[in-house]
Formats: sequence, structure tokens, C-alpha cells
Amino acid sequence: MHIVVCIKQVPDSAQIRVHPVTNTIMRQGVPTIINPYDLFALEEALRLRDRLGGEVTVLTMGPPMAEDSLRKALTFGADRAVLLTDRFFAGSDTLATSYALSSAIKKIGETWGPVGIVFAGKQTIDGDTAQVGPGIATRMGFNQLTYVAAICDVDTEKGIVEVERRAEGGVQVLQTKLPVLITMLEGSNEMRRGSLTSALRAANAEITTWNAEAAGVPDVQSCGLRGSPTVVKRVFAPTPRAERAEEIGKPGMSFEELADAAMDEIFARHPTVEADLREFAAGQQEEWR
Amino acid sequence: MTDAPQKKPQPAGGRAGMRKELPEHFKAYRHVWVFIEYEHGAIHPVSLELLGEGRKLADKLGVELAGLLVGGDREELLAAAGECWEHGADLTYLIADPILEHYRNQPYTKALTDLVNTFKPEILLLGATTLGRDLAGSVATTLATGLTADCTELAIDDERSLAATRPTFGGSLLCTIHTLNFRPQMATVRPRVMAMPQREAGRTGRVVEHPLDMREEDIVTKVLRFIADRDSNEVQLAYADIVVAGGLGLRSAENFQLVKDLARVLGAEYGGSRPLVQKGWITSDRQIGQTGKTIRPKLYIAAGISGAIQHRVGVEGADMILAINTDPNAPILDFAHLAIVADALEVLPALTRAFSRRLSVNRLAG
Amino acid sequence: MVEERFDAIVVGAGPSGNAAAYTMAKEGLKVLQLERGEYPGSKNVQGAILYADALEKLIPGFREDAPLERHIIEQRMWMLDDTSYTGVHYRSEDFNEERPNRYTIIRAQFDKWFSQKVREAGATVICETTVKELIRNTQGKVIGVLTDRDEGAVMADVVVLAEGVNGLVGQRAGLRDELKPDTVALAVKEMHFLPRETIEARFNLKGDEGAVIEAMGTVTSGMTGTAFLYTNQESISVGIGCLVSDFKESGEAPYALLEKFKAHPAIRPLLAGSEVKEYAAHLIPEGGYNAIPSLFGEGWVIVGDAGQFVNAAHREGSNLAMTTGRIAGETIVRLNRTRQEFSATNLALYKKRLEETFVLKDLKKYRKLPGFLHGNKKALFGLYPQLVSKAAQTWFRVDGTDKRSKEKEIMAAFRKSRGLGGLLGDAYRLARAWR
Ligand SMILES: Cc1cc2nc3c(=O)[nH]c(=O)nc-3n(C[C@H](O)[C@H](O)[C@H](O)COP(=O)(O)OP(=O)(O)OC[C@H]3O[C@@H](n4cnc5c(N)ncnc54)[C@H](O)[C@@H]3O)c2cc1C
Ligand SMILES: Cc1cc2nc3c(=O)[nH]c(=O)nc-3n(C[C@H](O)[C@H](O)[C@H](O)COP(=O)(O)OP(=O)(O)OC[C@H]3O[C@@H](n4cnc5c(N)ncnc54)[C@H](O)[C@@H]3O)c2cc1C
Ligand SMILES: Nc1ncnc2c1ncn2[C@@H]1O[C@H](COP(=O)(O)O)[C@@H](O)[C@H]1O
Repeated sequence: MHIVVCIKQVPDSAQIRVHPVTNTIMRQGVPTIINPYDLFALEEALRLRDRLGGEVTVLTMGPPMAEDSLRKALTFGADRAVLLTDRFFAGSDTLATSYALSSAIKKIGETWGPVGIVFAGKQTIDGDTAQVGPGIATRMGFNQLTYVAAICDVDTEKGIVEVERRAEGGVQVLQTKLPVLITMLEGSNEMRRGSLTSALRAANAEITTWNAEAAGVPDVQSCGLRGSPTVVKRVFAPTPRAERAEEIGKPGMSFEELADAAMDEIFARHPTVEADLREFAAGQQEEWR
Repeated sequence: MTDAPQKKPQPAGGRAGMRKELPEHFKAYRHVWVFIEYEHGAIHPVSLELLGEGRKLADKLGVELAGLLVGGDREELLAAAGECWEHGADLTYLIADPILEHYRNQPYTKALTDLVNTFKPEILLLGATTLGRDLAGSVATTLATGLTADCTELAIDDERSLAATRPTFGGSLLCTIHTLNFRPQMATVRPRVMAMPQREAGRTGRVVEHPLDMREEDIVTKVLRFIADRDSNEVQLAYADIVVAGGLGLRSAENFQLVKDLARVLGAEYGGSRPLVQKGWITSDRQIGQTGKTIRPKLYIAAGISGAIQHRVGVEGADMILAINTDPNAPILDFAHLAIVADALEVLPALTRAFSRRLSVNRLAG
Repeated sequence: MVEERFDAIVVGAGPSGNAAAYTMAKEGLKVLQLERGEYPGSKNVQGAILYADALEKLIPGFREDAPLERHIIEQRMWMLDDTSYTGVHYRSEDFNEERPNRYTIIRAQFDKWFSQKVREAGATVICETTVKELIRNTQGKVIGVLTDRDEGAVMADVVVLAEGVNGLVGQRAGLRDELKPDTVALAVKEMHFLPRETIEARFNLKGDEGAVIEAMGTVTSGMTGTAFLYTNQESISVGIGCLVSDFKESGEAPYALLEKFKAHPAIRPLLAGSEVKEYAAHLIPEGGYNAIPSLFGEGWVIVGDAGQFVNAAHREGSNLAMTTGRIAGETIVRLNRTRQEFSATNLALYKKRLEETFVLKDLKKYRKLPGFLHGNKKALFGLYPQLVSKAAQTWFRVDGTDKRSKEKEIMAAFRKSRGLGGLLGDAYRLARAWR
């Protein structure tokens, strides 16, 4: 089966800094990584390929330097990589992103064989919307399986997949027909390392690079800023709280005295907490009887 | 000082999308809608929180607030409609069809897009739950409109447009996003980000029913089974009145027991910072913060947690935050209300003792 | 095992490994470079000084696209006691030249750029791959390396060890000794982020001009070591390093020293309000000429820090690394071209050529310095800074005392603390060590 995995290169948000004056992101020196959630999708795709045969194509839309993350995906064992890059794509929101990606997936299917499964991460750590996956499914008319914790069965003959999906308050076991779009839940697997052979192959691999035209995007007006219905009007830093925490206790207090002082302060400031607690304690007492 | 004329502030970008030119066919779009997540016989609290927020938006716009109820059992949905009215809705749109018994993307997407295309709301809000996120993306894509995910603040600007504020870049910054030229303006909000509105008993409203117009054969995805969580912290942690949490300052998995001990005495839920999940000290459903749960308790006790921005955004809604930290300069002291600057490994047991003493004294007296 | 065979394998993608790989790949050799970090430079996250000359010899047009932070127009050399500094500042408009001689860089970005050049030259670069050991044939000749990946062995005609100061591959293979605590310094560094304008205002800079401070004195609490501060575009690198043996002896914690340096009244205002990121520790080989191991053998050569090529007196390292890497590369290219074997006898050419360059000439010149600094550390890093500061203060404080009495007072203070013989002896030995 031919599987496509959408991965995104993101700044390692743990290392992002904000310019204190201009409130802009200081990207200088911030390393980029493959969106961590996408690795679960990629590993799941590789496992399916190893089991069922076929090929895994990784796809990303981003600046030319996003090639790094595609090479990394090849090191892990993906068979092919496609980079979608064009100035028309700049400034895309989730709607425009899913438009461009779904056009490219169609083209990938035409070029290297029909696509049975598209994988996406649960969400990204920069955009953090979890909407691109569902957007791709809708555009392509694929059945959509989000928050998948495990893929139980794939029957390529009958064209059926069965998955466990995280839902509110429990796990749904769902069955649906290929082709599907799956977003994987974190923790569902662990990324493999990749052999030296695949690392060598990845280092020298040709990365297919498509602009909007090459990817067969029908309408560039639907891409990038122009194709994005949402508009970011303001970016700002969270406002600090006016006052800092009041420190409880005086030097030399024992821990018991500190704890008592803290409790008094809590009860004084928030009488309902005290009332709740007394009610709770009384309830416990009832249970005792 | 130079006497060069001051440059006029330019509107950012000056791109087509920045200007509001609402196409003619969107001008009829009116009213604020909230998708009511109704599953397993109950409304998800986030939907009621959104009704509270939606009420404010509708009042500002001078329009009506509607709840959208879709599901399998008409009677149950009608009962739920009452709950919507009591939480601020003026009317409920209702689609009852056995096909909608369990959540599935395809029929739910159709139900919502049909309602939108027929009744034309200007704003549509959904909870950012697993269900809401699954649904919102396909609805927005089908309608080809804008969607702002995980908002922390919603407001109406001077041009009657929805200003949706959300964290970006790992919570280091906030951004305000508008959907100027498309309708409806869609947004999702995580549970507990908005306050639960006061319930107004006896408040009533209207019901508008709509057909689904779909057959089971049209739907390819089947729900084979549903395995309910045995220990569902999913909801409990987010809705607890008191939460006790620990961070890396606790130093070892064993010491986390001190957090649990205090939580037990307080009848509280417990949780922790993300590194604890990564280290396997607690399960991921106990993680508090931007990529974990947002909580809004009356009292939040944070022991050995530095208060990184990603943690902060998940706890800021607490009425009162008590931080226990050895470092008087830890960032958490910038947003906590009370602080004990001391070793959490000593303070936690002392608090456990103090509370049980105070509460059991009362027990003897009562 | 990997089927593909290479002309040369380079272990490490720091400045020395990159220089070697670049030189060979540019000449058409089939080169494989292995780096254990996530990307080249990932293990080297902070600021440093780049000496243009060594890089120019490799990539003459590097200024066009290399991520350079600031070119240095001002050098401050400070001697600190707890409350003061005495210093020399040299600032010159001449450094605002077309092809500046020294730049501040951020290694993570610079190494990445350099590595890109290596790739463009045609080498195969693989990261997140640690070389575990050398593979030898029955005659003991090195014929490849074993990595920590599956199917992890790969063969080549020659292996260049550019694995840095603490490289274990060479040690494990018995090609060089374990590091000795008194020939290696431990440095800790931090990056302090500040808006560009703030940095420029605090250091009186404009555009891409930069300033650096090198400091020694009581901050190291009598240990052999120095502290530094470099201005980058939007950040300041600060660090301090002392001999590992001194840390052991004194029990001082490296980060505590850094805190002390940052809290010094002359340093603190320069860093005020900054956001700190990337605390890191790294070793610097400081054994000098006498600590250099054998540099070549059957099928292998050592370059850069792995060969102890650091001039501690002048804080030069990356330029020696690039130069040794380049010359090793050129030697290998020549042997490859003339179809000669990579035997120890033939690779000896590498060392011979090094002797003709500043690398071995400088290291030879300063070969007595490490011993001198180490032997006189109490005086150099405790007493003298205090005396000098006291002298300056006596001299500059106008308090009604006549100048001659002040001179006497200063001289008396020096003599009392160290004795005339000691002072003269120190001066003499320092001059000898420097010569
Ligand atoms: C994309 C992204 C998403 C993230 N999402 C989340 C999230 O949802 N939730 C979250 O929590 N984090 C999140 N993080 C991680 C976050 O940035 C911080 O790394 C994390 O919150 C720090 O956890 P901590 O406070 O437990 O540990 P630390 O930052 O290491 O702090 C430990 C604290 O304990 C104190 N301490 C030490 N010893 C003691 C003692 N004996 N007694 C008392 N105090 C002591 C220390 O002074 C320090 O303040 C996210 C990060 C990223 C990049
Ligand atoms: C605090 C400090 C400040 C300095 N400041 C300056 C300065 O301002 N100017 C200057 O010129 N020099 C400076 N130096 C010295 C300079 O950093 C070094 O001389 C230079 O980096 C040496 O280059 P190298 O390529 O030999 O080693 P390194 O830069 O250490 O590179 C070695 C590489 O090999 C990799 N590696 C190691 N073992 C393996 C293995 N088994 N398998 C695969 N890969 C491996 C490592 O990850 C690393 O990337 C400074 C050093 C320190 C510590
Ligand atoms: N630019 C992109 N290129 C490839 N895949 C993407 C891109 N943006 C988002 N995705 C995929 O969509 C998922 C959800 O992204 P988001 O909606 O931004 O949270 C990610 O985990 C990726 O799998």
C-alpha cells in the first residue's frame, strides 16, 4: 500500500524567545525539529509498510530548509520525500495548508500510485490547531480517523481498516473503508533509529521539490495568505499579573507553623474553600459511621 | 530631535484579507451559535461554558444565541435543550436521527454544515475536545471558512467582527485572529478556559428542528465498540475544586506520594507538570498546562513547579494559587497568590498534617 | 556492514573535521563524515571568536554567507579583584576594514553553515551517529569505523579523527592518552539574550561592530583560568574556565564561578535584564606543545582539539583546528592522487607540513606557559590582581597625599606581598614563557 505521511518542521518551542520590546519571535539560533507528534504518525506508517509491503512517502510544506526534516524522515526509513515550497504558500492558515497539502497528495498518488492512507500528527507544537489533518481528509473525501491510539487491522484486499480511537470518556473501536486519513495519538509507538545504510541513502537522496505548479495546485489564489480566511491582527505578550505572590511565614518558623499560617491565609482569602473542606470532611465522617 | 514628519502607522501588511469586505451573500449571516456536545446522556460542561461566553457575544452584537443539539434520541435532546436555555441560549436547533447516536465525523459534519447553510449564523463556537477538534476541522473546511483553535479569549470588535485570542509559539505569545471576509467565524475553546455561567432555572426558549437527510448506508465508518474509561480523570481533573500538583522539584517518583497524600486529605485531584509525564511519574491525563489540562479550581497548590509559560496558561484561571518552591525567584511566584519558599518535601507533609488536624478537630466537635 | 566504500571517513563535524572533509571532498574524494550530535554544532551551542585567516584559506568568500555575528573592533583585557578591574582597552577604527580579521560567531549556527559547505563540496554527512571504535585489519592498519547504528560498520582508506578534546575513539584505540586533569580546562558558558540596541548602547557599538572582554583575577579564586565576554548581534556569550585539576583541588563548582563573574560590579550592568539560555560546559585542551599526542599512524590522522591544538595563551582553537584539518585533508588528497598508501610513513608528511605553519611554531613558543601559569597560580590569579587594583586606587584617589609617598606606598605593598625577588622572578619567568 502507498502511504503518505505529512510532517512539519517546527521551531523547538522550548527554545523560543520573545523580543522584550517588539514582541516578535527571535528565531535566531532556535533549532528546528520535526513536529514531535508527527513522529508517531511516521513510525506507525513505517510499521504498516513493513507488515503489508508498499511504500511510505513523506510530505512537507515549508521553506527550502524544511528539507532537513525530510532527510531525517528518510533516515528513519521512509522511501521517498516531497517538499512543497513556493512563495505562494507563505502565510497559510489551516484551510490554505490543507488545500495545498491535499493537492500535493493527489499528485503524489498520480505519480507513484494510489494512496491508501494519509497520516498526520495529532497537532503541531507551533500552530497547535489539530485542524490540518481533518482539513486534508475533508478536501480529499477520505474517511477521517483522528486521535488514533492503535491500528488494529488493515485489510488491503477488502479495503477495510479498524482502529482504536481516543474519544471523550473512552475508546471507540471504529471500522471504515480505505482510503483514510489517520492522525496518531502521542505515545502510541516509539520512533526507530534507522540503520547506517538508510542514513547513507537519506544523506544522498534526491528530494522531490514541487512548487505550486509542479504539485498541480489548481488555484494559487486558494494558497498562502490569499487563501487564508483568518487574519492575525495582533501579536502580544501575556500581561504579567499586577502583584507577586505574598510570601507566607517568617524566618525561623517551623514547617508546622508555616503550614498552619498558609492554611489560615487560604481560609481568610477564600472562605468557600474552608466551607467546602469542612463539608468534605463531614462527608468523610458520615462514611465512617 | 529631527523635524521629519511622523510616519502614520500603517495597517499591518495591507493585504487583501486584512480589509473587511464582507461579500454580499454573507451579510445575511446573523446570530451566535454554540455546538452542544451531547454524548452518553449528558452535555459536556465545555458546551455550557461556551453558552455563557456566547451569551456575552450575542448581547454585544444584539443578536440571538442558539445551541445546536444533534443526537439519536429526540426526547433526550429536548430535555437537553432545556438545559441550554437555562444556561443562556434563546433557541436550540435540533437534529435527532438514530444515525447520530454515536459521534462519527461524517454525519455530524453534514448535520452542522446543513444547519449553517440553512440558518446562517455569524459565529460558531465548539469545545476543543477530541470530538470538537475532530468535527471543527471538517466543518470549517467544508464551509471554506476560517477557524481559530484553542482560543483563550473571545470578543467583538468595533466592526462587529469576532476577535479570537489564542496562545501561539508554545504559549510564549498571544495572537488575536479575525475571520473578516468569510462566515461563519468559527472558534474552538478548551474546557475550563471560560467560566461556567450561572444557571437560570426556568428560563425557556424555542426549538427549531431540522432533518438529517442521510441513510446509514451512506456512512462508511461504523462504531464497533465503545470502551468507557474506568478511571476517567479526563473530566475530573479539569473540573476539580482543589488541585494539588507536583513538578520536578519533588526530585523522585516516590516523593510524588506526598502530593497524593495532601490531595486525599483535601478531597482534591492531583496532577503535575509535563516533565513528570515524560519521566513516567504520572500518566499523561494528569498533565496540567498548555498541552495538558486547563484547570480552574478554587485552590491550586503547586509544589516544586517552576511555572514555565506552558504550565502557567493551564492554571491561570484558578481563584487562588499557592506555590511551594525553594527558589524565591521562580517564575511561578509572578502569578501565584501565596508562596511558601521552602522545601516541598517538608512542606507537603506539614500541610497534610495541618489540614487533617484542623478538619478532624471539627469532626470531633461536630 | 554498509556496502559502500569511501576514500576517507572523518569522525566529528567541528571546525577541524569540517575543514578536513571540505578539503578532501572539494578535490573529488569520496568522503563520509560522521557526527554524533543532532546536527553539526549542536554540541557546541555558544558564542566564540572566529579568526578569519584560517577559514579564508579554505573558503575565501566565506564572508558572503557565513553566519557572522560582529567583527571585533575593541578588545578589553581586564584584571579583576572583587570590586574593581584594571585594564587595557584597544579599540581601533582600523578594524572596520573590508575584510575584518576577527568575528564573534555562534557555533551552533556557524558549524551548521560550515557543514552545508561540506555537503555542497560533495561529502556525505551523517549526524546522530556515534563512532564507537576503529576497525583494523590483521596488520593493525585502520580500515574503517564501527558506529552505533544497525549495519553500522563502514570502510575507508583512511580515517581522520576530528572528535574534539574528549574524543574517546582515539583513546580507546590507544592512539592517544587519556586527558590529564592539569592539561585540560573546564569552561562553562551561557548566552544572555538582549535586544541589539541595548548591546550596542552598552558597548558603544554601531552596526556589526563587536567588543570582547577577556578577564582574569580573583574571580577564579586562585585557580588557573580566565573569564570572557563576547558580544553577538542579539546576545552576549559569557563564560569562565579553569584547569580541571584546580577545580578538583579547590572543590569550587564551575557554575558558582560563573555566577561570581556575572555578579562582578563591572560585568553585572552589561548583562542586566537579559534572558539566559543555553548553559553549557565544555573542555579545552590546554596542555600545549608538550601534550600533543602522535598525530598519525597506519591509516589514521588526528586533527583539531583531539590533537591538543589549542593556544591557550591567545584563546585560539578553531583556527588551529581548521588549519590542521585542512593540512591533513591536503595530505590525504596528495596521497590519493599519487596512489600512495596511507601508511604512517607517508602520512608523516602531515606533521612535517604542520611544522612549517603557525600551528606548531606558536605552540612550541608557548610550550613553557602552561607550566608557568599553573606553578604560579596563587600569585597570578589572586595576589597580583589585588595588588594592581590597590595600586591603581592609591594612585587615582586624590586625598591630599603627595605623589611620591603614593609611589612608595604602592611599591611597599608589592614588596611586602611577594618580595622583590619574587616579583622579578615572576616577571622573568613570564617573559621566558611568552618568548
Ligand atoms: C510545546 C511545549 C508544551 C509544553 N506543555 C507543557 C504543559 O502542558 N504543562 C507543563 O507543565 N509543562 C509544559 N511544557 C514544559 C515547560 O516548558 C516546563 O519545562 C515545565 O513546566 C517545567 O516543569 P517543572 O516546573 O516541573 O520543572 P522545573 O522547571 O525543573 O522546575 C522545578 C522547580 O522546583 C523547584 N524546586 C527544586 N527543589 C525543590 C524543593 N525541594 N522544594 C520545592 N521546590 C523545589 C525549583 O526551584 C524549580 O522552580 C511544555 C513545553 C513545550 C516546549
Ligand atoms: C568555552 C570555550 C571557548 C572557546 N572559545 C574559542 C574562541 O573564541 N575561538 C577559538 O578559536 N576557539 C575557541 N575555543 C576552542 C574551540 O572551540 C576548539 O578548539 C574547536 O572547537 C576545536 O574543533 P574540533 O573540530 O577539533 O573539535 P570540536 O569542535 O569539539 O568537534 C568535535 C566534534 O566531534 C563530534 N564527536 C566526538 N566524538 C564523536 C564520535 N565518537 N562519533 C561521532 N562524532 C563525534 C562531536 O560531537 C563534535 O561535534 C573555545 C573552547 C571553549 C570550550
Ligand atoms: N506545513 C505542513 N506540512 C506538512 N504537514 C503539515 C503542515 N502543517 C500541518 N501539517 C500536518 O497536520 C498536522 C496538524 O497540524 P496543526 O493543524 O497545525 O496542528 C501536523 O501534525 C502535520 O502532520
